[in-house]
Amino acid sequence: MTDMLAPAPARTRPTGSATRRGAGRRLTAYLGVLPFLAFVTVFLLWPTYIVVTGAFQDDLGRFTLSNIQAVVSGPAYLDSFLVSIGLSLVTAVLGAVFGALLAWAVAEGRPDGLLRRCVVAASGVLAQFGGVMLAFAFLATFGFNGFVTLLLADTLGIDPLSGGGWIYGFAGLAVVYTYFQIPLMLIVFLPALEGLKPQWREASDSLGGSGWAYWRHVGGPILAPGFAGAALLLFANAFSAYATAAALISQGSPLVPLQIRSALTSEVVLGQANVGKALALGMVIVVAVVMTLYALLQRRTSKWLR
Amino acid sequence: MAAVTRTRGSRWVLRWLVLVVVAIYLLLPLLAMVEFSTRGAGGTRSLDAWRGIGEDDDLVGSIVASVELAALTVVGMLVLLVPTMTWVHLRVPAMRRVVEFICLLPLTIPAIVLVVGVAPIYAWVTYLVGDSALTLTFVYVVLVLPYAYRAIDGGLGAIDIVTLSEAARSLGSSWFQVLVRVIIPNIRGALISASVVSIALVLGEFTIASLLNFDTVQVVINLLGKRNAGIAVAVSVAALLFAFVLLVVVAYLEPRRRDAQEDDTTAVPAPQEARS
Amino acid sequence: MTSRTDSPTTTSEPPAPGGGVEVRLVDLRRSYGSVHALDGLSLDLEPGELVALLGPSGCGKTTALRALAGLEELDSGTVMVDGKDTTRVSAHRRNMGMVFQAYSLFPNMTARDNVGYGLRLRRTAAAARRRRADELLELVGLGTHATRYPHQLSGGQQQRVALARALAIAPQVLLLDEPLSALDAKVRAQLRDEIRRVQREVGTTTLFVTHDQEEALAMADRVGVMSAGQLQQIAPPAELYERPRTAFVAEFVGLTNRIPGTATDGRAQVLGTAVPLLEGSATSGSVTVLVRPESIEVAPDEQGNGRVIAPTYLGSLGRVQVRLHDDSVVLAQVASHQATELTPGTPVRVTVRPTPVLAIA
Ligand SMILES: Nc1ncnc2c1ncn2[C@@H]1O[C@H](COP(=O)(O)OP(=O)(O)OP(=O)(O)O)[C@@H](O)[C@H]1O
Ligand SMILES: [Mg+2]
Repeated sequence: MTDMLAPAPARTRPTGSATRRGAGRRLTAYLGVLPFLAFVTVFLLWPTYIVVTGAFQDDLGRFTLSNIQAVVSGPAYLDSFLVSIGLSLVTAVLGAVFGALLAWAVAEGRPDGLLRRCVVAASGVLAQFGGVMLAFAFLATFGFNGFVTLLLADTLGIDPLSGGGWIYGFAGLAVVYTYFQIPLMLIVFLPALEGLKPQWREASDSLGGSGWAYWRHVGGPILAPGFAGAALLLFANAFSAYATAAALISQGSPLVPLQIRSALTSEVVLGQANVGKALALGMVIVVAVVMTLYALLQRRTSKWLR
Repeated sequence: MAAVTRTRGSRWVLRWLVLVVVAIYLLLPLLAMVEFSTRGAGGTRSLDAWRGIGEDDDLVGSIVASVELAALTVVGMLVLLVPTMTWVHLRVPAMRRVVEFICLLPLTIPAIVLVVGVAPIYAWVTYLVGDSALTLTFVYVVLVLPYAYRAIDGGLGAIDIVTLSEAARSLGSSWFQVLVRVIIPNIRGALISASVVSIALVLGEFTIASLLNFDTVQVVINLLGKRNAGIAVAVSVAALLFAFVLLVVVAYLEPRRRDAQEDDTTAVPAPQEARS
Repeated sequence: MTSRTDSPTTTSEPPAPGGGVEVRLVDLRRSYGSVHALDGLSLDLEPGELVALLGPSGCGKTTALRALAGLEELDSGTVMVDGKDTTRVSAHRRNMGMVFQAYSLFPNMTARDNVGYGLRLRRTAAAARRRRADELLELVGLGTHATRYPHQLSGGQQQRVALARALAIAPQVLLLDEPLSALDAKVRAQLRDEIRRVQREVGTTTLFVTHDQEEALAMADRVGVMSAGQLQQIAPPAELYERPRTAFVAEFVGLTNRIPGTATDGRAQVLGTAVPLLEGSATSGSVTVLVRPESIEVAPDEQGNGRVIAPTYLGSLGRVQVRLHDDSVVLAQVASHQATELTPGTPVRVTVRPTPVLAIA
């Protein structure tokens, strides 16, 4: 290999006498990634390590399973997991169904139309930006002095929503969460829906298939993994959410993130300093399982919709 | 064409039914916020809450802090990701998977978990750098990694950066020049998307700021909600609208999707050369 | 955009393969805003015939095909298949096999399931369905690929499966919309012959859309040339080439020179030769005569009427560009040895062979 003629060193594989220099160069190449690795080590990998190991340490840093035990056997903690999972499940299903319908309605229109752009942008805002502000939105709508609460009281003279108290319970959380799940579903599912080629529908038609036959044999099966994957993503999203619940609920901790809040902010009970980390580890495990499934389904879809 | 028009009609009805129902569900709370924030005494309308936004010093201070934080996060994210990802694409493709994995990792680590692990580290950060809210930049860069990574990866994937950079290198450019003169201009769209997503995330972030006790705009809005709900709601509406406008503008900056054109089998074709 | 009804299929049994049906398109019109995609298109297909529709991009070929398939609504006009008016029949009841340009296989089904899809909709028993699907895959040369998914097949193989799928329902009419345009030249030529062979074997009336004239001329029983939503001429390939009816057809199919001349009673004087005129020509006064390069002779001549600009050697034959003394340029086809002899600048005499030509005013 004539080193002199090689214009750029980039992808030439070193051979013979060039090997030593090549190896040195390869090392330099790896050094280029070092600043990035250093940064993520300090602010991402190390915190993760702290959570994972902390879950198994007592107040003095000795190995123990008592934190895990506290989470598994403490009814409050276990309940918070059950409520969190239940809430995530309900809102993931509701969000997936309505979000998919919305995505379909949007995809029927022009791909570069104003409607599509506005819905996508609004979805981006509501799905990722909402947080605290969504809590206020619902207080302003269904709270004690909320728009709808007052409207119903004034016009119908009734109070079917029991003065807005319901908003702090499971039902209220479900409604608020669905409010950001639908837009997230739209964002995640729209590309899959747009990956459906019009030719498939037309081929099915010309082979004698009705609209129902198309959805049952072609459109449905093609979208199914993408739909399931998106629903999983929604589950993880609801399960991880903190801001809306925190702004809405200041007393009590029905959800895992709120349990972690009280573990972080309240007085440390002796021997319980690391229970928060055990709770956090539990969350990571749930989310990691869900996200792995999501990635597997995603791979399946992308193979079809290439 | 009776059968044809009828089915077309039912699809049309279903489509608009869905759009209208979902629109009501999504817009009702926003309208309620506008109504709520313009309530005056005794059933009148008033803009006092909206005027109150500018008069609340805590709020204004926190808005300034959050905007600065957003700017710093964007800079930090770009400085961290662009050279690294370019370098990995060009010189150490073996590391691509690793970098991708790390960048997408925050998706499986909820912010509430990250804050648990990051709290002890911030004791050190505060000790070394000071206790300004701007120190949140570090953890916010981590928070935006997955979204920024995807945008930039898309941009790099759309151009042939190996050929581009080899061409530039063969013309005598240094690596730095390649990055600044060749790569960055070619992925400008992706960088803008990455920046906008980052800005939106930082301005909306509550979890970490609140639990590390920094006064960002979301934290202050939350506190304000307990004290003066009108102002809190008004500023929420303003923030949501601001983010919406930001994203619409970005949608128009982005080039039209390629496959949308491909799929359009009846798109106006380019005139063909005469065969004579 | 497309017409469909959502009621379940109850189509009667498809007709036995082999018997092609007659198709008549009468005065089809379809506009998109101000664009007239179909502007009074009429076209008849004989039973079992393969007709290619040829024309420049955007002239309405696809629209015509889709109108026949029932995938496109018409503003007016009539579609007759096998003597029955099918204009208002929706696509899934027309029993037509369609092969699209690309990407039309169902990605969630194997090749076999794709081919069997139409039969499944017709409630054919699984065993019979499978047998028929394998038979058709065999016919298109993919017998060993039955269990592959579309993403595991090459572009050419995918198009063959699409063809098999269209044939599986024993369609009354087979419709092909540029099925080869996404393929490379070699696969294309091979698949072209294969489609022709299969079509002959099955005997289905076929409409084939293409903008590749070589493809059209090589495959079709008759070729229809379209322009701006109308049919210019439909004729067997040789006739289309030798006896074009309009200047558009003459110039779209093959190479043509435009040479000035004068017409009198059925003949035209061109470059000193009297040539017979084709039907549809302008018959008197100064005209422009459309002459094929192979009807032009070039011989070295010091006292000639032009000079060679550029010879092109094309292997088995050659072409020569000559600038005439009136400054116009003509292209002539010559034997390949001549192409090498006629160097640039050589004075030559250009004459026209007395084959029938088209003259326009
Ligand atoms: N859905 C549509 N909306 C608007 N215009 C259309 C539509 N479909 C077709 N057209 C227009 O109708 C004309 C004919 O289109 P058609 O697709 O039939 O052309 P074609 O002959 O198949 O061209 P090509 O060779 O490029 O495929 C074109 O001018 C096209 O722009
Ligand atoms: Mg076409």
